Amino acid sequence: MAHRAGQGHPGGDLSAADILATLYFGVMRIDPATPDAPGRDRFVMSKGHCTGALYSALARAGFFPVEELTTYLQPGSRLNGHPNRAYLPGVETNTGPLGHGLPVAVGIAVAGQIDAADYHVFVLTGDGELQEGSMWEAAMFAGHRGLGNLTAIVDRNGLQQGATTEDTNALEPLADKWRAFGWEVMEVDGHDPAALLSALAIPAERRARPLCVIARTTKGKGVSFMENQAGWHHGVPSDAQLAQAFAELDAELQA
Amino acid sequence: MSAAVPVTGMFDCRNAYVETLEALAAEDSRIVAVVNDSVGSSKLGKFRERFPERLINVGIAEQNMVGVGAGLANGGKVPFVSGAACFLTARALEQIKVDCAYSNANVKLCGISSGVAYGELGPTHHSIEDLAWLRTLKGLTVIVPSDPWETAEAIRWAAAHPGPVFIRLSRMPVPALPRPADARFEIGKAELLREGDDIAVIACGTLVHHALAAADLLAADGIETRVLNMATIAPFDAEAVIAAAGTGGIVTAEEHVVRGGLGGAVAECVVAERPVPVRILGFPGFLPTGSAEWLMEQHGLSAAGIAQAARDLIARRR
Repeated sequence: MAHRAGQGHPGGDLSAADILATLYFGVMRIDPATPDAPGRDRFVMSKGHCTGALYSALARAGFFPVEELTTYLQPGSRLNGHPNRAYLPGVETNTGPLGHGLPVAVGIAVAGQIDAADYHVFVLTGDGELQEGSMWEAAMFAGHRGLGNLTAIVDRNGLQQGATTEDTNALEPLADKWRAFGWEVMEVDGHDPAALLSALAIPAERRARPLCVIARTTKGKGVSFMENQAGWHHGVPSDAQLAQAFAELDAELQA
Repeated sequence: MSAAVPVTGMFDCRNAYVETLEALAAEDSRIVAVVNDSVGSSKLGKFRERFPERLINVGIAEQNMVGVGAGLANGGKVPFVSGAACFLTARALEQIKVDCAYSNANVKLCGISSGVAYGELGPTHHSIEDLAWLRTLKGLTVIVPSDPWETAEAIRWAAAHPGPVFIRLSRMPVPALPRPADARFEIGKAELLREGDDIAVIACGTLVHHALAAADLLAADGIETRVLNMATIAPFDAEAVIAAAGTGGIVTAEEHVVRGGLGGAVAECVVAERPVPVRILGFPGFLPTGSAEWLMEQHGLSAAGIAQAARDLIARRR
């Protein structure tokens, strides 16, 4: 998609892809035929720039035709660089600027808590995004309210736009921070489907506290020349690089 | 027109706000209030007593407050997000833009103690840039009620409207405006409070009663003034403004800086459609120490100041 569009955020798309696949195809109770059903589980894409991964998941989950993915970032396309709920069913709130998704997800979870509703709220945040103060305003309030219907997943790929998070404005000890804000914390391999499935499964009994799943991921996962390279935060593969990327990903699927 | 029984005295419009909100909440369980530790300044203590589970206090965290409001709307609630206008609009401007306006979320933002109501507390606590910021956000309805009746009507309208609304509330005492008994609140429409063809005064919020008093002063000089209450700043009633330009000159008055607010909106209409001189009364920018009343007086935001501006405009024309 980034190759065709001539722009995009392939590094973060690839680090988030396994998490999105797990949520959309293994966890969430959603029906593309009734995208506004009051009792649906919610997914909020706080790292709104990773639309390559989000749109792929939404299309394959049936919210819009897969063929439409070829219009990504083209003039007039519904597939904007950042998701817009007026254009696309399945988008809960518009994101793009970092630090917005978690507060909105907390609000949805508060509504569910007041109504004793059955739905569960998932929000995917970048790790660099946790440098935004609004994320911790929301994290503090979610802990205070004991929002057991909320799961935040941190795409912990360790890289932000220009460098590692730890060189830029260190996040560690990250799990301790979430615990101190009143959350349960699990740390998993963010590319291990079984581990993700077990961490993200909606519990039969509502938890007393919100859950943070720190998913250890690799930016650019699955493409050797992109992996752990900050330069691929936004980047556009050449024709040869695209061919190599597909070959590597196909080989991994075959393996 | 049958005149209503005049209501005398001065009113703090926050009371009309909370009384209306409580009445609505009693009928509609979807209504919730979201505050930033501002239960007292928003006068929501009684709401909390009556509906404890529907008063959501996020603490001192405006960005989260507005984001949580958008989330509550997603969850089917009708949130009234209340906080001091200065912090609500400035601190959370991006949340208002993205989470509410751009996302078309059903959130009602109530900016309390707007304008220079916090007088002596200084420019950090004045909210005199908010209309310029917010009226440019497509889809966000911006209302500046002028008295208790209009405040109650605006709150009722906002609760019934499926979309984002900003209501700019003051704590400065204002009189109940004289209105016919069958007066109706119409969103997006200027309210004609006084007929006149010599000059037009367009005001909003706490300035409307001063505009009417100015018209009385001008009438003593034989000048007939058209007075419009422009309670809705967005969407804007361009038609009424263009008609007002037919008087040959317009004075605008608002508790806002002279750039980008009501006066700016009026000027945009007039320049495009029917150019006439427009005199914008408001504040130059960050203000010195003083009470709200003193600050307004100093900047011509009074009956005498509006009347003088009208006379100046008419003199220029001759």
